[in-house]
Amino acid sequence: MAASLRISGLDAGYGAVSVLHGVSLDVREGETVALLGTNGNGKSTLMKCVMGMIRPSAGTIEVEIDGVKTNLVGMTTEEIVNLGIGFVPEGRRLFPRLTVNENLLMGAFRIAARSQIERNLAFCFEVFPRLAERRKQLAGSMSGGEQQMVALARALMSAPKMLLIDEPSVGLAPLLVARTIDSIKTLKDGFQLSVLMAEQNFTQAIRIADRGYVIVHGHIEFEGGSAEELNNNDIIRELYMGA
Amino acid sequence: MKNPLFILWLIVAAALTFGLARLVDNAYFYFAGYVVLQYIVLSTAWNILGGYTGYVNFGIPAFIAVGAYSTVVLHKTTSLPLVAMIAIGGALSALLGVGTGYLTLRLRGTFFSIATLAMAVVMQTLVTNWDFVGGSRGAYIIRPATVQYLGINYIEYLFLIMLGLSIFAVATARAIEKSRLGFGFATIRDDELAAEASGVPTLKLKLIACGLSGGFMGMAGSPLPYYVTYLDPASTFSLSYAVNTIAMPLIGGTSSWLGPILGAILLGTLQQVATVTISSAVSLLIVGVLLVFFVIVAPKGILGWFQK
Repeated sequence: MAASLRISGLDAGYGAVSVLHGVSLDVREGETVALLGTNGNGKSTLMKCVMGMIRPSAGTIEVEIDGVKTNLVGMTTEEIVNLGIGFVPEGRRLFPRLTVNENLLMGAFRIAARSQIERNLAFCFEVFPRLAERRKQLAGSMSGGEQQMVALARALMSAPKMLLIDEPSVGLAPLLVARTIDSIKTLKDGFQLSVLMAEQNFTQAIRIADRGYVIVHGHIEFEGGSAEELNNNDIIRELYMGA
Repeated sequence: MKNPLFILWLIVAAALTFGLARLVDNAYFYFAGYVVLQYIVLSTAWNILGGYTGYVNFGIPAFIAVGAYSTVVLHKTTSLPLVAMIAIGGALSALLGVGTGYLTLRLRGTFFSIATLAMAVVMQTLVTNWDFVGGSRGAYIIRPATVQYLGINYIEYLFLIMLGLSIFAVATARAIEKSRLGFGFATIRDDELAAEASGVPTLKLKLIACGLSGGFMGMAGSPLPYYVTYLDPASTFSLSYAVNTIAMPLIGGTSSWLGPILGAILLGTLQQVATVTISSAVSLLIVGVLLVFFVIVAPKGILGWFQK
């Protein structure tokens, strides 16, 4: 069983600076939803609200996992991960002085994940054979692309039902961006996840997205029900092509 | 190496140390050795929080004082054996660790360190104004000359006790290092936000680290009144405890249990030798010079030299 997410009327910010204004967004079971927008529009803030790292000032964030509905507002990050929501933070944020293997095992701190460590580790190594070769290497000494693989694999080690990915393409060469996006698709199918992915790289993101939202200055400006709808859209042309 | 085997090795090393001390047969050796052993416990304890989780605690004297002054109170009110006093002192100090942790662990980096420093000042003020334990005049403890059932001098007994505590502290630190708990600590040190995002229960782990670290410091401080026989707030809360305890793991290397031991033996022995042969003021100078040397030449401590 997969998970779904429903955010409605979300306001959030940092102290006096408000960033999100009444954001509403859905991720249905088994979907990959892209949250598109350029820098500084509130993508990461939205992600952090869902993960309990920023407390929203208004609105609700509701997940439904295996038929159980939970309001995430007010919960700690640890509790949210325990519910079955994995998070890949922006800029990868590995534990640089631990090995690849140790990084992955730390992803499985959640009690429900501990019994599945062997199976999940094997699947991660199957998707990223590179990591199996380098499991004893310190994570801090790896290339950006490899680090992104570790970050994705680490989030999956918690055996999540839903995965939030914040800007997987940041700091990667174009070829690696394409590969990373492909691997997200593979992982999503393998783990039967629902995915919410924040991304600036529009063309890469819509390759695997079922639907998408465009966020501008903390508002959802456009909601695209399919990749085509997103592709033929004026706001996107304006944002990305400058026309 | 498995933990029981490692503890066996520690006991062998401790037996050799005590055998050596018996061979030298000079009371000063025990007095000096006690201080070095005390620093092994203190720096190992500090490293559990400071080295493994990366939270720098400057409030070391407060934890030592909780152990030391709980012994003074117990000495005045009960006739408990020293080992029981150490257990009580350790427990109280662990409570102080968890309490301080709960109040301050929302603070990160330098802010946490400043809070622990402030905590030590508050504790000193409390003790200075507490008449029952002697206030600012200090407390006198008359220690027995010998320990009847072992047939040894009391200072030999204190040396043995501290040897035992060193084994306990080092064995605990090493067991943590190789466990899920130890890796959890390392995730906090490396990237606390990412640790939270991965579902590591960071607050719980930090409280455990604070409790263990504080508890061992309290245990190291508990026999102190019997060692010095005169305990006053100014010297119990001396900055040199804090400076030495932090300098030793930094010099030895904070990444592993061996670092604090190397640092404590090197720095502690040098200081004891310098105190006798030159002056006690020089022993503090040594800390300063060695710290500068290590920061420039080996920023990861002695252990850093041997790791690639």
